[in-house]
Amino acid sequence: MPSAAEQLVIKGLHVSVEGQEILKGVDLTIGRGEVHALMGPNGSGKSTLGYAIMGHPSYEVTAGSIEIVDPSGARHDVLAMEPDQRARAGLFLAFQRPMSIPGVRLADFLRHAVTNCRNPDRKEGQELMPMREFRNELKAKMAELSMDTEFARRYVNDGFSGGEMKRAEILQLAMLRPKFAVLDETDSGLDADAVRLASESIARIGGAEMGILIITHHEQLLEHNIPLQTHVMLGGRIVESGGPELARELHKLGYERIRAAYPDAAAAEKAMEESAKAAAV
Amino acid sequence: MSTATASPRAAFDAALLERIIASSSLPSWASDVRRAAFDRFVSLGLPGRRDESWMRTDVRLFKPQAWGPSAAPTSPTVPEGLLAPAILSGDLAADSYADFDRAQAPFASQHAAAGSAAAPGAGGKLAGRLASVDGHVVRHELDPALAAKGVVFGPADELLASHADALRPHWFRVIDTGCDWFAAAHAAFHSASSVLYVPPGVRIADPLHVIAGMSDGGVDTSHVLVVLGEGAEATVLTETAGGGATGTAGGFHCGGTEIVVGKGAFLRMVNLQNWNTGVWHFARQKAVVQASGRLQWTLGALGSRLSQVAQDVALAGRGASAQVNGVMFTEGRQHLVYNTLQHHEAPSCTSDLLYKGALQGKSRLVWRGMIKVDKAAQKTDGYQRNDNLMLSTEARADSIPGLEIEADDVRCTHGATSGRVDAEQIFYARARGLSAEEAARLVVAGFFQQVFDRITIPQVREALAKAIGGRIHRIA
Ligand SMILES: Nc1ncnc2c1ncn2[C@@H]1O[C@H](COP(=O)(O)OP(=O)(O)OP(=O)(O)O)[C@@H](O)[C@H]1O
Ligand SMILES: [Mg+2]
Repeated sequence: MPSAAEQLVIKGLHVSVEGQEILKGVDLTIGRGEVHALMGPNGSGKSTLGYAIMGHPSYEVTAGSIEIVDPSGARHDVLAMEPDQRARAGLFLAFQRPMSIPGVRLADFLRHAVTNCRNPDRKEGQELMPMREFRNELKAKMAELSMDTEFARRYVNDGFSGGEMKRAEILQLAMLRPKFAVLDETDSGLDADAVRLASESIARIGGAEMGILIITHHEQLLEHNIPLQTHVMLGGRIVESGGPELARELHKLGYERIRAAYPDAAAAEKAMEESAKAAAV
Repeated sequence: MSTATASPRAAFDAALLERIIASSSLPSWASDVRRAAFDRFVSLGLPGRRDESWMRTDVRLFKPQAWGPSAAPTSPTVPEGLLAPAILSGDLAADSYADFDRAQAPFASQHAAAGSAAAPGAGGKLAGRLASVDGHVVRHELDPALAAKGVVFGPADELLASHADALRPHWFRVIDTGCDWFAAAHAAFHSASSVLYVPPGVRIADPLHVIAGMSDGGVDTSHVLVVLGEGAEATVLTETAGGGATGTAGGFHCGGTEIVVGKGAFLRMVNLQNWNTGVWHFARQKAVVQASGRLQWTLGALGSRLSQVAQDVALAGRGASAQVNGVMFTEGRQHLVYNTLQHHEAPSCTSDLLYKGALQGKSRLVWRGMIKVDKAAQKTDGYQRNDNLMLSTEARADSIPGLEIEADDVRCTHGATSGRVDAEQIFYARARGLSAEEAARLVVAGFFQQVFDRITIPQVREALAKAIGGRIHRIA
């Protein structure tokens, strides 16, 4: 069954930022309909993986591959795609720190996004999704997420509270319905009730169709999104993978056991911290 | 008759002045205005860099002797202005999410506020229009129902003599025709000039449209005078378009605009400058707003090789208010200079200026603003702000705000910012499926949104957004 689903396949991924290697060989396969959790200490490279998947220009892939493999076995080279082509191919990243775009209404922004992601070949200037249709769909999605429709008239992330930003990311996830989504700390900044709501919403949005990588330091978001696998990143590598119990353990006990078990990765983590410090000086 | 002097200005000379006066049907008092301006004109040289208003404008490559008016329009075809598509087709782009149940803006028409009509111009209806090419009026018309109410609109040549009572007190008396060579040249040699007079209490719901066009190498010296009587209301859209592109003969615009907003009157005035990039553009523009009058004045500028514009507002009666909006987009080697003045002459007046510019290529944009508050103008509320968005590293913007305050009970503030498009914003938008160009356009549109929100005429907003959008390159 899993082999029949479309997969996002990452192999031997090395990523550098400003000449500094951050990811040092990451392997990860996510099938549609699966939830994976990615945990790891601050600075271990989790967000870097998300950016690399989405094609951020500052994150240079020096080795390895990212591919979308469809059920027929056809492989699509993600690394050859521009960021917007990746979005149109069904990839999504909920940003740890979403960018604000003053003066651009969330609804207008989303209407462009939705139109492009649903018509991957759309050229700029071609018709947008009809306003009425878009508006009805947006209203329905916002109602499901208990969001006030007035929110869509605000400028993209401009003056949003931390929690509002994360909810806006979930709204975009719901509207775009990607094949594969990386949710980078979508739970941070949310209050306890909002995290519960987010957890439920993501489970509903994801359903059996979406492959989701949840990057988190907590376990609440996983409540309704039971991960098939929990991965632990340390020093730019996934050092261990396990079930939901692993997430619970890390959340409760921290990374001491992991560092002790993987001294090489722990050394890499130290080196990265040091060079980050040196760069800051 | 010819005054063969060593003057390099062969075209704009006394012989030409007399020819214009002889062939025009303007009343003699209007000819006297020309002669007085001409006397000043011959005494002036081109403005130099020592002049405060001109020090950031390079006119060294402007050769006055190269220009002279054409005897007839080179082509009867009026170049299409920015508004033409919207006005002709009447397609109000109610395509933004914001347009659904849009809240009433403070500077919206009283008509709309009263619920008696849709936004002015909705459906592309015009109250009147006038078009000229190369300084010759090629067509003009006014809604007969408005003419019956005493509204006067059309070529100055036809109307000035018969409506001297209403127009003579203001004709070339609002702007200072002696301030420099260009102002004097304009006052002496203006042609294809137009007038609008709205009698007290008359409210015109639909806009009036005035377009001055030019052919490649053309000259336009048109003048616009707008006078609103007490409690009158109107929307005037003026446009300039055409001329030659960079590397061609180009064009020369030497224009002027005079505006009088009567007591309690409300005028929405729009000037859209979309010359091709070979055109020299010099314009003196001034509005006087009388007690409790309201003016919303919007400048949009995308064109020309070099622009030097004076935009002055005088708040002349208690409780007058003016909102001034500027939308500028420059690219290539364009160089646009704006000198603005908000002159508070009377107490309890409000002025609020917001200029926003986006610069691409090696272009340059200069804004020098002044809020001047006379001793008598207590309780003044004055604001000026200029924000620029740099789309390239080679563009340059200068913002020079200034305050000159003689009253003691006033609130005057100013601000200026200059920023770049953030690559992270572009990436965020691209990660949601927007192409690089689409992302850049959206970010720039967002930058202008604050000023667009103030422009209560949807066609103007949409036309500017569309024109600017069409010129934005990909931002890396
Ligand atoms: N754009 C960048 N410029 C410079 N250094 C960067 C950049 N992006 C990431 N890094 C560095 O790469 C390392 C990994 O960062 P990353 O953001 O991927 O960590 P993370 O696992 O997401 O951490 P956190 O849990 O704090 O979000 C850090 O040392 C960080 O400073
Ligand atoms: Mg992170």
